[in-house]
Amino acid sequence: MFANCIDRFRALFLSILLLSCFVLPAMAGPFEDSVAKFANDEFSDTEDAVGEIASSGNPLASPIISALQDGRLSADPDSKKVFITQPDGKIIDAATGAAVDKLPDNAAAVRLNNRLRRTVDAAVGGLTLMSSDPAKRLSAAQSVLKSHEESMLPTVDSALAKETNKSTRQALAEGRAAIILFKSDASDSDKLDAVAVIKARGDQEALALLTSLDAGQPPLVAKAAASAISSIQSNLALWSTVQNAWYGLSLGSVLLLAAIGLAITFGVMGVINMAHGEMVMLGAYTTFAVQEVIRTSYPGLFDYSLLIALPLAFLVAGGIGVLIERSIIRFLYGRPLETLLATWGLSLVLQQAVRTLFGPTNREVGNPSWMSGAFEVGQITITYNRLWIFCFTLAVFAILLAMLRYTALGLEMRAVTQNRRMAASMGIATSRVDALTFGLGSGIAGIAGVALSQIDNVSPNLGQSYIIDSFMVVVFGGVGNLWGTLVGAFTLGIANKFLEPVAGAVLGKIAILVLIILFIQKRPRGLFALKGRAVEA
Amino acid sequence: MLTQLTHDIATVTRRRALAATAGLVMGLAASSSFSPAQAADDTIKVGILHSLSGTMAISESTLKDTVLFMIDEQNKKGGVMGKKLEAVVVDPASNWPLFAEKARELITKDKVAVVFGCWTSVSRKSVLPVFKELNNILFYPVQYEGEESERNVFYTGAAPNQQAIPAVDYLMKDEKVKRWVLAGTDYVYPRTTNKILEAYLKSKGVAQEDIMINYTPFGHSDWQTIVADIKKFGSAGKKTAVVSTINGDANVPFYKELGNQGIKAKDIPVVAFSVGEEELAGIDAKPLVGHLAAWNYFESIKTPANEKFIKEWQAYTKNPKRTTNDPMEATYIGFNLWVKAVEKVKSTDPDKVIDALPGIETANLTGGTAKVLPNHHITKPVYIGEIKANGQFDVVWKTPAEVAGDAWSKELPDSKDLVGDWVGKKCGNYNTKTSKCLGSGS
Repeated sequence: MFANCIDRFRALFLSILLLSCFVLPAMAGPFEDSVAKFANDEFSDTEDAVGEIASSGNPLASPIISALQDGRLSADPDSKKVFITQPDGKIIDAATGAAVDKLPDNAAAVRLNNRLRRTVDAAVGGLTLMSSDPAKRLSAAQSVLKSHEESMLPTVDSALAKETNKSTRQALAEGRAAIILFKSDASDSDKLDAVAVIKARGDQEALALLTSLDAGQPPLVAKAAASAISSIQSNLALWSTVQNAWYGLSLGSVLLLAAIGLAITFGVMGVINMAHGEMVMLGAYTTFAVQEVIRTSYPGLFDYSLLIALPLAFLVAGGIGVLIERSIIRFLYGRPLETLLATWGLSLVLQQAVRTLFGPTNREVGNPSWMSGAFEVGQITITYNRLWIFCFTLAVFAILLAMLRYTALGLEMRAVTQNRRMAASMGIATSRVDALTFGLGSGIAGIAGVALSQIDNVSPNLGQSYIIDSFMVVVFGGVGNLWGTLVGAFTLGIANKFLEPVAGAVLGKIAILVLIILFIQKRPRGLFALKGRAVEA
Repeated sequence: MLTQLTHDIATVTRRRALAATAGLVMGLAASSSFSPAQAADDTIKVGILHSLSGTMAISESTLKDTVLFMIDEQNKKGGVMGKKLEAVVVDPASNWPLFAEKARELITKDKVAVVFGCWTSVSRKSVLPVFKELNNILFYPVQYEGEESERNVFYTGAAPNQQAIPAVDYLMKDEKVKRWVLAGTDYVYPRTTNKILEAYLKSKGVAQEDIMINYTPFGHSDWQTIVADIKKFGSAGKKTAVVSTINGDANVPFYKELGNQGIKAKDIPVVAFSVGEEELAGIDAKPLVGHLAAWNYFESIKTPANEKFIKEWQAYTKNPKRTTNDPMEATYIGFNLWVKAVEKVKSTDPDKVIDALPGIETANLTGGTAKVLPNHHITKPVYIGEIKANGQFDVVWKTPAEVAGDAWSKELPDSKDLVGDWVGKKCGNYNTKTSKCLGSGS
C-alpha cells in the first residue's frame, strides 16, 4: 500500500504533466507516430495504435503488442516515449528498439479495458500465427476462431500450409472454417464444408458461431447449419448430465469433508457438537497463518503451503477439541440439550475470538498453482481445486476408516462407543479415549478447513455455513456409521446438483431439505442404521 | 441448508443473515455500549448504530471507525457550534430486532442528536418506526434498492438510478452487450434491483430470451452449476455480460469459480454492485482483472480531497494498508452534511435540522458536490471501475455530472408516478398523477 501511495502520487503528477503538455514533439515516421499514441492514456488512441502497429509489418510490432497484452508496455506521457520491459527485465525503446538503461520516473504502464484486450488478442493472434513457439501458435490459432476476421484468411491459409503440429492444424482449420462461414462471398460448397468442420468441433463455442450466423445464408447452408446446431445441442445435453454428475460428486465431497469430523463426534460419540463448524474455521485460519509466514519469510514454499498447513491444522483443531472435551463436554455426557447449548455458546465465543484476533474481514488464502485453473474432458470443464478436494476427501475417509479398523486406538474407540461399561471393565481408560476421539473428530474438521479455505471465504463465519449441512449429512447417512456419511454426502450432493438447474439454487436446497425430512419420517435412523443392543442403550 | 430456511423466512436482509437467536446471544454478551457514565452538557452526542459482532461486522465495523474518525477530525477543528462531539457506540450485533432496541436506547437514554448507522435494508426498516416515533435523524450510508423516502432518514448511498442503471448503460454502449445475466442473492435488494433492471432492459428493446435471472442463497459457495450455466448462456453468439447483485461474502467463491472455469472479463464481463475494495482484499484479484464494479467512489480516484482522506484515515487507524470504500465516502458525506445543517440553523433540534438539510451541499471525495435533494437522497457521480491485479479499481467510465437520486424508480409501473418531496409537499410518496400523498404505511 505504501508503494501504492507513491504510485498514486506519481500518477497524479503524470496527469498534471499530461494536461500541461499540449504540443506533441515532432516524430520521425508513421510507425513512431503510432507508437507515441500509447502515451496519450486514452483508450481510443491505444486502440488506434494497436491497429496501426499490427498492420505496419515492422519487426517491433509483435514485441510491442505482446508487451501490451502482458502489461509490460509503459509510456512516458511527458516525452511521449514508449518502452518495452522484456521478460528478462531488459528495457528497450518501443519505437526504435534501442536499449534503455532504466524507465523514466514518470513512465506508467499503458492501461487496457476489455474492448482493448479483445483487440489486442486478435492482433496478437495475427502476429504470432507464424511464431516459432508451438504454444504461441496454438493460442494464436484459437484466437482466430473467436475473432474470425475476414482479413486474416490469407495469413491463416499460409500458416495452415506450413503448420506441422496436429492440434494447431486442427485449430487453424476450425478458425479458417469460422472465417469462411462469415465471409459473404464464399461459395456454398465452401460454406457447407465449414459447417461440417465446426459441427465436428461440437462445443459451446461452435454452437455460438453457428447460432450467430445471420439469416441471409443460402438455403442449403442454412439447413446444414440448423441440423448441425441441433446435433451439437443434443450432444451437449448429454454432456451436461455428465457435468451435473461431476458437480454433484464435487459438492458431495465438500459435504463429506465437512461432515466427516462430525460423524466421529456426533455419529460415534453422540455429542451434539455445534462448535464443529468453528473447528473447520480454525483449520482455515491455520492455513491463512501458515501462508502469511510463508509469504513474508519463505516465498518459495508457497506451493507447499497446504501440505504444511495440514498437520498444523490437525494439531490446532484437535488440541482445542481435546481441551473442549476435558473442560466442558465430559461433564455433560448423556445430557444432549445442555451439550447443544454449551457447544453453541462455545461456537460464538470462538467466532468472536477469531474476529478479535484476525479482524472481521475476509482473509486471503491463495491457491497454490496446482490448484488453480481447469482442464477439459470432452465437453465439461473440471477445475483442479474441486478435483483435488475430491481426491483429498476420499483419502481422508480411507485413512480414518483404516484407523478405526486397524489401530489400537480405533479398537478402543469402537469398544467405548459400543458399550462403555464393558470397555471400562476390560481396562480401557474410557475418559482418555473420549478425549482422544473428540480430538480426532475436531482435528479432522481442522484439515477439512484447510481444503475449504481453497473454495470459500476465510472469515469468522466460515463454520456456520457448514454446520447444518454437516448435521444433515450425518443424520441422513445414519448416525454412527462412516459409510453412511459417505453415501449420504454423495447422495445429497448429486441430488442437489441435478435439482439446481431445474429448480434454481434456492428452491433446490429447500427441496432437498423437505426430502430429507420425509426420508427421516420413513427411516428415523438414516440410510445405514446401526443394529443391535448397543444402539438401544 | 437449515440456515437457508431462516434466510428465506427473513428474506428482507442485505447481507448474509444469521439465525436471529445467535445474534441475540451475542447481543447480550456484547451490549456494552461504551457510553460514558456522565455526559457533560457542553457536548453534542452522536449515535453510531453499526454491528460490531455477528455476520455484518465484516462490513459495518469499518463504518463505525469512519464515524469515530470523522468526529475526531471535527473535534480537532473545534467541534460543532463550539461544542465537542461525543460518540455513543452501540452494537446491534447483526440482529435486526436488536437494531430497533439499540436505536431507542440511543435516542431516549443517551439523547443523541443524530444517528449514523445501519447497513442492511432490513435493519433500516426495523429502526424506521423508532426514528419516526421519537423524531430523530438517521443517516443511512449504503447503496440500496430505493422505493423509500422517509422524513427522518437521509440516504447518502446510491439509489438504483445512481448505480445499476448507469452501469447497464455503460455495458450497452461501450461493450455492446446484447444478452444479460442478472445474478443475485435471494433477498430484497437484488430482487428489486433486478426488477428495475429487467424493466429498463426491456424498454431498451432487449428480448425476454436474452435475459437470464438467477438467484442464489446467502453465502452460496458451490458456484459450479451457475458458472457453467452462464457460460452456456453466453455462447449464443451475442455479447453477454453478468450484472451481479450477489452479496459480499458469496462473491469470493463466485469469482474463484469464474477464474477457474476460464471465463475472462474480455469474454463475459461481470459488473458488480456489492464488490468493493474491502471484498477484494480477501481474494487474489489476478484472475478477476477486467471485471467491473459500479460505485460512486473508488479508493483509486485521484483527487486532493481523496488523497487527504485516505492519508488521514490510515494515520487514524494506524494501518497503512487500510482500504477505503464507497459506504465510507457516503458516511463522510452524511457527516459533513449534518454538521453544515446544524451550523446553519445553530441548533441540533431534529426538526430544524431535517428542514435545513435539503439544499445543503458539501464536497464529496471525488471532486464533485453532494447536494441533499427534497426526497432526502443526494446527488452522486457514478463510476465504472475495472478490477486491477492489486485489488484496486481503474476507472474506465464516469457520468458527465452528478446524478440526482430517485427515491422511487421510474422503471417500475407501481412507483413511476411517485416522488418524495419533503420541502414543498411534505410527503415521501407524492403521486404526481393523482396529486395525492399516499402517506405513511407504504
